[in-house]
Parts: sequence; structure tokens; C-alpha cells
Amino acid sequence: MMKTDEKMIVKGKRLDGRKPDDLRKIEMEVGVIPNADGSSKVSFGKTTAIVAVYGPRSLFPRHLQESESGIIQFKYDMATFSVDDRKRPGPSRRETEISKVARLAIEPVLFLKNYPKTTVDVFVEILQADGSTRVTAINAASLALADAGVPMRDLVVGLSGGKVDDTLILDLCGKEDNYSDADVPMAFLPNKNEITLLQMDGRLTPEETKQIIRNILHAGKEIYKKQVETLKRKYSE
Amino acid sequence: MENKKNNEKVREISIPGELIGSSKTFKTGYGTYIEGDKIFSKFVGVLQKSEEYVSVIPLSGVYVPQPNDKIIGVVEEAEKFGWILNINSAWQGFLSLSEGVDEYVDLKRINPTRYFDVGDIVYTEVKESRRGGDIQLTMKTPIARKLKGGVIIKITPSKVPRLIGKQGSMVNLIKEKTGTIIRVGQNGLVWVSGENVDKAIKAIKMIDEKSHIYGLTDEIAKLLS
Amino acid sequence: MSDMRADYILKLLEKDERLDGRKLDQFREISIEKNIIATAEGSAKVKLGKTEVIVGVKMNFGEPFPDMPDAGVLRTEAELMPMAHPDFTSGPPGEDATEIARVIDRGIRESESIDVEKLCITKGEKVWSVFVDFYPINHDGNLIDAGSLAAIVALKNTRIPELDKEGKIDREKLKNPLPVMHFPLMITVGKVGNKMIIDPTFEEEQVLDSKLSIAVTEEGKVVAMQKSGSVGLTDDDVDNMIDIAVKKSKELRKLIEDGKKTSK
Repeated sequence: MMKTDEKMIVKGKRLDGRKPDDLRKIEMEVGVIPNADGSSKVSFGKTTAIVAVYGPRSLFPRHLQESESGIIQFKYDMATFSVDDRKRPGPSRRETEISKVARLAIEPVLFLKNYPKTTVDVFVEILQADGSTRVTAINAASLALADAGVPMRDLVVGLSGGKVDDTLILDLCGKEDNYSDADVPMAFLPNKNEITLLQMDGRLTPEETKQIIRNILHAGKEIYKKQVETLKRKYSE
Repeated sequence: MENKKNNEKVREISIPGELIGSSKTFKTGYGTYIEGDKIFSKFVGVLQKSEEYVSVIPLSGVYVPQPNDKIIGVVEEAEKFGWILNINSAWQGFLSLSEGVDEYVDLKRINPTRYFDVGDIVYTEVKESRRGGDIQLTMKTPIARKLKGGVIIKITPSKVPRLIGKQGSMVNLIKEKTGTIIRVGQNGLVWVSGENVDKAIKAIKMIDEKSHIYGLTDEIAKLLS
Repeated sequence: MSDMRADYILKLLEKDERLDGRKLDQFREISIEKNIIATAEGSAKVKLGKTEVIVGVKMNFGEPFPDMPDAGVLRTEAELMPMAHPDFTSGPPGEDATEIARVIDRGIRESESIDVEKLCITKGEKVWSVFVDFYPINHDGNLIDAGSLAAIVALKNTRIPELDKEGKIDREKLKNPLPVMHFPLMITVGKVGNKMIIDPTFEEEQVLDSKLSIAVTEEGKVVAMQKSGSVGLTDDDVDNMIDIAVKKSKELRKLIEDGKKTSK
């Protein structure tokens, strides 16, 4: 974790004026990419992810095919202009790891038994990065998969928690992410009591860790509601 | 159901993971799954409850072939022992020589492209859909034929029943009003030929986009009048 | 695309008609949004019908070329993201992506659109590098015209970050606009049989014999061209295509200046 003299919390308020448990402004939309089978765009404050889902479709090369089930391939990519200093094109180690953990966060909800030898391709592009990009991507992937008509056990909700200036907070922005004592990105299935992504770095007591997880599960209900509304809104006319 | 009041224009939409009933009161239909005695939806789709069944008709998604489905395919490759067809799904369909042609074919003398060539459009039936995406097609059924001329459009496969309508009422309405011949594949490919093709396509696309609203038949009739 | 579909498109074109009801020399509905990326120094989103592209501009320190020690450096890159079309695959930019980037770049460079000498920080050592990055979101044809338009709009709205006391880039303070002197427009004219069309959709691109992309400045000067497609063009064809491009570029320019959203 980087160090700074700047206070992250002043008189109970965070840098952007939020209270510790407040989420940023959330915007969600589905059906944004006509070519894709399903698509979405999700923003948490300035962090914006756009996602396309293609499939289930035939999978090549053949050696990747599973004869008993379809597979999911997940690619998380940051646009070169999504960060302050231009990011070099092509996958970094960080992006490769996120592609993997995000895939594993989503995989448990997909019914792919009826789709042998196929793939469901999820392509994430981070257009603007201001912290919590992986959980934003997971919310967007959940929406895009549902929009694509891929059979699912549940939606997937992502949210980050953490600790700054001795205070437990939710939905870290970029600066909080950089200077926090700890950050905990998490994803879970809102109707199933299953946590499918859990990462943490920093320093927390066991009690704090447990509390952050509870806070995420609680506040995540709001995100779930927003996902449901977004999916229904497409057909509200 | 069609006669609900105007302020209830949209059919009830369910979301993946949403609790839609109990297995104590309902049998599970398409688009659902059970955990314990609870029934959940698998799709963003139109919720349908009858006295016995609860099911969800998805509003999007790819076609998964089932035996006896009547589908439209495009020949992609002509091989020695049959043809490989694009059937608008994640898998290709295979039409073997014996399922495609009624007579004995002497491969030494006759090139199979004489029956079906690359680019041909066929109205065919799924004979078998084996595990592992092995889809066998057959022409040995009265409806099967090669389709000549015309235009193909794609719609969401799960909306095909809506396009066909009760006992074919919807598709017949379109045919009548536009002077067209229409073949609807359960795989979401629709072939249109005849007089007012453009108008027929407009109506078909409208059904694809608005399948979730009540009073769709009236809207289509209005469009075609 | 099936042969039947291709035949249908060709038959329509013979009658001077198109699948979407447009005239042969008519653009699709155009929409332009600027400053859509908060983390970029300049950005734009352009939609041509269902084609949607984003261009973001980043300003970084760079080294000048030895033969131009006091000039900033422009660099255009494109990725054909698999998100935008089922035929696009992941991986480093291939031939098509590289060609698109270079054609977009050429229109801007050859019109001398950017006053690169204003981008010198320390002569011979440190200059501004202007990175123009092109991302298609949905590919329904004519990426080059959409990308070129998005690029020039993004550049026109780019602001150069200030340098702090230690000479570091302070991106929270974007101040002077990038010196953009010219506003070239790229018009791609497609030829099929003896018909010429503009702003082809993805399906139309599949049936075209050839395309010629032509960058035209506000004075109506031609500053860059790129022919693609596998059929040759006659000199009459090229004359004709240039005339169409110049005429349509004026129309497009007026649309943009009037801030209109559609060409209809």
C-alpha cells in the first residue's frame, strides 16, 4: 500500500463527500452493443465498464472443447485511455489475473451442460478506471450474460470494501484504493448465500474482515435491485 | 391473457435466480430449475403460470437443437457422404447422403452437389441431437424441401412460437396480407418469398422486438392493413 | 453472409436501392459526442448507424524525432476488439487494425492538422507525445470514416495538462487546447459493379469490389487516400470517387457545424 499524508476521511466524510457506507452513483444499461448476443454498460462513479457476450458459440481450437459441457472464456481489458498515464495496449499481468478471478466469480451461475463443445465469450472493456474496476466488470458481466439469454442460476453482484483512516468503507474510488489500509473486492450470488470472488490485500483484524464482508453483503442488495430493474426496463415498453 | 387492460401492457418478466414458485404447487416447465422445493427462473423471460406448470420463455438466447424441430439451414460444405449445414446455432448440422436423398447414389458417377450445393437453403428436420453437439438432420419428412429465391431473416429462436401464433394464426395473417410464402424454422431463421417481402419482414421484426407485450396481434394487424 | 443475401443486396444496388432504404450517396444517421471519457485528455464517440467507435487521446512525455527536434509526436493505434464483432478475435493488432490506424493517422498528419511545433517542451529532448487510440464498440461497417471523425473531434477537444513545479504532468489541470489547425474528413467511397456508394454497412462491405478512402480538408484539398478491396479501379472510377468524396465531405462538415444529429 502506498502512503500519503492526505486524510482520506475528514469529519466522517470521504474525499468525494460520501459517508463510509455510501456507494457512488450507479448507472446500468443493457443491450448497448447490437452485434453481441448480450451486452451492458455499468458505471460506479467515474469507473465505467462495457461488456459484450457472444455465445454459446462454437469453440476453436478444438482441444479447448469440453465434450460434456460448454465453457466460459473471460477477457478483462483496460482501454489505454482509462487511466492517467496511458496504459500500453495488450494484457498486463494484472489484467490476466483479473480475467481469471472474474471468470471464476461468474462460472458457478452458468448452466452450460446443454452446450457441449461451445464457449460463452465475455469481453470486458474498462473505459474509465477510478477504483473497483473488477467488481464493476463483474456486475456488467452478470447483466450481459442475462441479456444474452445464457441460462443462469442467479445474477452475480460485485462490490468492494476496505479500510481507510481507521474506518471501514464501501465502493473504493481510485485514490482510496491506492492509499487504503486494506481493500476487499468481493462478488456473491444474491439469492444463494454463495461468495464467488474474495480477494484482499492490506491489514485488517479478523473482526474487521468479517465486518467488511457483512457490509458488502448488505449493501450489495441495492446493487442487485438495480440489476433486476435494468433487465426488466429493457422490456418495459 | 390477451385481453388484459391497457395499463398492464407488458407481460410479467422474470430474472435468473428469481423465486417463481414452489414444487409443492407447480410442476416445472421450460426455463426453470429446482433447489429444495423452490422453483427458480433461469432466464430473463416471460413468466407463464398455468394451474399445473410454471415456466419461463426466454426473451433472448441461442438455438439448441431438439429432435423433430423443423429448421432452416444453409449448406456450408458438401462432403463425400453428406452435407454440413449452418443451422444458426453453436453447432453445425449434418445431413447424411442417405437422409438427404431418396434414391441410391453411386458416388463413383454422381457428385452429391447435384442434390445440394454450398449456399443452398433447406427446410429440414432435426433427426437426432446427440450429446457432444452431434446434430443429425433429415429430409425424409413431408415438410422438408430446398427453398429457392427469397430472403432469410433471423429472429430470436425462443420467439418462434409467437411468430407462428395459435394454430399458425400469426404467420398466416402475415402471409395473407402481404402475398408471401413464409417458412419459419424453429432455429430462428425465417424464409420469406413473394410479393410484399419488405412489409412481411417489418411485421416479423416487430414480433421479434415486441413479443413481451399484450395485444401484439392487434398491432401487427394494424401494421399490415 | 449467405450467397442469397449477397445477391439480394446486389440486386437492390442495381436498382439504386439499399437494404436500409438509403440513397447510394447518403450517410446513415450520425451522432457525435465529445469528452465522453473523464480519464482522457480528449475523447469522442461517433455513431454511424449501428457502427459505434470511441477515440481517446492521451498526452505523455516523449522524445522528438532527430530530424524534427522541436516537434511533438503523433501516434495512432487501433485495436479491433472482439467485443465489437463476432469475427474479431483477441490478440495483438493484425493487418486490418494496423491499416485502419495508419489511414486515420495519415488523414490527420498530412492535413497538418496539429501544429506539432507548439508541442515542444525542451528542444531535442522532451516533447509531447499525442496518443490517439481507436476502439470500435460495435462494427457495422465503415470503421475508417467513423474512426477518422472520432479522432479529429477528440483531438479538437483535447486539452494539454499543466506541468507542476517539478515539471511533472498534472492531469487534474488541463489547460491549453491542443493546437488543431485543420479538420480533415475521411470519406470512403465503395464501388460495386458500376455503382458507387458511401458509408457502407458491414454486409455491404462484403459485396463491394473495391473501396477508396479519401481525406478532404476544409478547403476541399485531398490529403490522403487508401484503396482497398481486390478489384482494380479505372482512372474514371477514381475521378468519380474523388468528386463524390469532396462533395460529401462538404455536406458532412455542414452537418457537424450545424450540430445536427442526422443526415436525413
